[in-house]
Amino acid sequence: MTSTKKDPVLVVFQLSGGNDYLNTVIPYANPIYRDARPTVGIAEDRVIKVDDHIGFHPEMGPLKKVYDRGDMAIIHGIGYPKSPRSHFRSMDIWHTCEPIQLGTEGWLGRATRDLDPGKENVLTTVSFGPSLFRALALPGTPVAVVDDLDNYGLLPGITEKEQRTKILDRFARMYSPAIGSSAVMDYMGQTGLDTLEGADILNKAPGMYSSNVEYPDTPIAKKLKGIAQVHMANFGTRVFYVDHGSFDSHSNQNGMADKLWKDVSEGLDAFLDDLREHNASDNVSVLMFTEFGRRTHDNGSGTDHGAGGAAFMFGDAVKGGQYSEFPSMKSEDLEQGDVVPNYDFRGLYTTILEDWMGLDGKPIVDGSFEKLPIFA
Amino acid sequence: MSDQDIALMAHLMRRAGFGATRDELEARVANGYEATVEELLSTDEQEELNRDEMQRFHPWTWRPGTLPGMGAAEWLHDLVNTKRPLEEKMSLFWHGIFATGVSKVDHYDDVMDMIVKFRHKGMGDFRELLLEMAKDPALIFWLDNNDNHADAVNENWGRELLELFSMGVGNYTEDDVRDCSRAFTGWTIEPKLPRGPIGRHDWFFEYREEDHDDSDKTFLGHTGNHNGEDIIKFITDDPACARFIARHLYSFFVADEVQVPAWSVTPPRDPEAVDLLANTLLNNGYDIRTTLRVLFNSDFFKNSRFERLKNPTEVVVGTLRMVGGAEFPAPGIGDLSRQPNYMGQDLLNPPSVEGWHTGAEWINSGSLMRRVNFTAELVGDVSRPGIRNMVDRMIAKGDTSSEAVVNGALDLMGPLEVNPESHVELVGFVAEGGDFSWKSADDIEKSTVRVSELLQLIVSLREYQYA
Repeated sequence: MTSTKKDPVLVVFQLSGGNDYLNTVIPYANPIYRDARPTVGIAEDRVIKVDDHIGFHPEMGPLKKVYDRGDMAIIHGIGYPKSPRSHFRSMDIWHTCEPIQLGTEGWLGRATRDLDPGKENVLTTVSFGPSLFRALALPGTPVAVVDDLDNYGLLPGITEKEQRTKILDRFARMYSPAIGSSAVMDYMGQTGLDTLEGADILNKAPGMYSSNVEYPDTPIAKKLKGIAQVHMANFGTRVFYVDHGSFDSHSNQNGMADKLWKDVSEGLDAFLDDLREHNASDNVSVLMFTEFGRRTHDNGSGTDHGAGGAAFMFGDAVKGGQYSEFPSMKSEDLEQGDVVPNYDFRGLYTTILEDWMGLDGKPIVDGSFEKLPIFA
Repeated sequence: MSDQDIALMAHLMRRAGFGATRDELEARVANGYEATVEELLSTDEQEELNRDEMQRFHPWTWRPGTLPGMGAAEWLHDLVNTKRPLEEKMSLFWHGIFATGVSKVDHYDDVMDMIVKFRHKGMGDFRELLLEMAKDPALIFWLDNNDNHADAVNENWGRELLELFSMGVGNYTEDDVRDCSRAFTGWTIEPKLPRGPIGRHDWFFEYREEDHDDSDKTFLGHTGNHNGEDIIKFITDDPACARFIARHLYSFFVADEVQVPAWSVTPPRDPEAVDLLANTLLNNGYDIRTTLRVLFNSDFFKNSRFERLKNPTEVVVGTLRMVGGAEFPAPGIGDLSRQPNYMGQDLLNPPSVEGWHTGAEWINSGSLMRRVNFTAELVGDVSRPGIRNMVDRMIAKGDTSSEAVVNGALDLMGPLEVNPESHVELVGFVAEGGDFSWKSADDIEKSTVRVSELLQLIVSLREYQYA
């Protein structure tokens, strides 16, 4: 468990589209890498070296700084058995922890339920994604989805105060659970009530915030800033969710990855600095993941869907360094041309849930998986 | 003309189009249900949209594209004003399946060209449409088939063709993906001209024989030197393809299905209905129009009232058609076209090739807020002709009790069916202002304001989110 008195907070940062493991954590010293990637391989002199074996993508400079101060963990070879290589199925597996059956309950939905069993706070989990990712879905568990913090509120067109109170009062009663209605009606009812309650709190966050940290002018930085604002407003939010993409680099990979990793690295660096400046970083850990890694051999312009990938953790409480092992790239060890995952993502989830959030991981990820000493 | 007839016609028009005003519903009921289905299907007999005003006031819509477009503004305007509602509805249907986005294509004109193809071919032979899509420049670029070479296979298009456009997971192997991709090597676009100072040039399909893999391939058990046309034939000969399209039609027009990735393990909600639609496709040369005729005339369709959640486009377009006043392409149509995006459906820019997650997954706190706020603002505007028409009908009817006014409003807004608890709240809200009066001009003005507040509360109802 963490020694901090503040409640631990998790930020989940989803890299959508399948981020290329081998060009993010580059095995630059391995001759197989050079041979496999005549086109998209990154020249050794551009790699930001981490040790004698691996280095970061050239645009990850700001994150190397985080790594050097011991606040970044690399989790090698993460994935699950029988990788389906479909974006949608793969993302579902990460979201629901159901590699065989199709799950509908999200792991963070379950975590939210366990963090706030009495549903006392509709802002326990806040997503800055445009949609409600399945990772967050669990019937009856509130999750606030925010696109624009400044304009978050119901029926802003009705400005006359008394009339507004009257109409919102009716709104609340119309959204109350009705006997014998359908599951979708119930879901919408709860969502409506949670929205009403959350809106009046959330839209105060920007006004309570001031900072010397300048975020880059990118969509992902804007979302991360929103997270910082809500976190520092102390509304009791324990889980934040954000996504960025698309990392689906079948073609033109190098130019595409440069821009993506520049935006991600600079945005995340500003976010971490902002938290540190406000003494609000000690209880925040960030998990960064993607649905799969990409194929070992390039296709002449990019890389196709693969299997094993990398995940990352960031934060003051994170014991920086490398975990698990870089999977073998020898051709006899590849499966359908992909590096084979050697660490199950559910182990990382369990690590986060138990050693950081203080929850019981087993019922959430549905089983026992090997943990990593990231918070030890 | 019975209330039931109106309710059924309203259902048909919500599903086969984007709703209709009460005047239109009454005219269509007089014409008959089956005749209306035929009229909707006979798109060529309906007037085409007049684009004169659009082109006059918005030169960015001129083609070939010169000025950077305003995103989906032109399409949204078409959706609201079309005289061929089913044609546009089918375009939206196919756009959700062949989901291609400007986030990567970076050229609205080319994505919009796909919509134009859906208008022309979206109700014909699906096999032709699929082949047309395999040659579509935006889709080729979106799925990197321009980087699929004889000596360097790129699997993106090959995989999604099978997974998302025709069969669904579980009906092919990884080897099929590989050889399907090989069959489409050389299906590319002409070299792109560099971007000009005022926009991109249009792209064109090109088949490059010298970049096509001419060796044998094995696809779904067929071995030979297949090209892309052969692959599409093998796919569409497989009943899995008909079932896949049938299930999409069911989910889009009848009742919300589970999300596509779950189809390989979750049986359809109504297996008999999906079988009927699949067999109709197989027995009629994949003719979509014939299949839609069977669908709209079926009992399972007629009995599916309010069993689907509206997608954001249906919310925005349906409400705009109801309130009226959006016929002229006024300044601000760009902002209007972003409304579905705020609710989670960025037209011409789906989040990925999977398209949008539908049904209950449209709803979250942020998107529900957007739905309520946008529609409430529209129906609260009593200067809109559609709202004006509703008020005029109320004046003519002369109801004074709160209950009667609420019932009248619910009828004109759908007719909508609301649960008893909501009904009590609506009546309670209105009753706070006492009985209505429509006698003097002053009375009418006061009553109209109260009606507009009532309408705002009605569109805030959960029931309004159902189609």
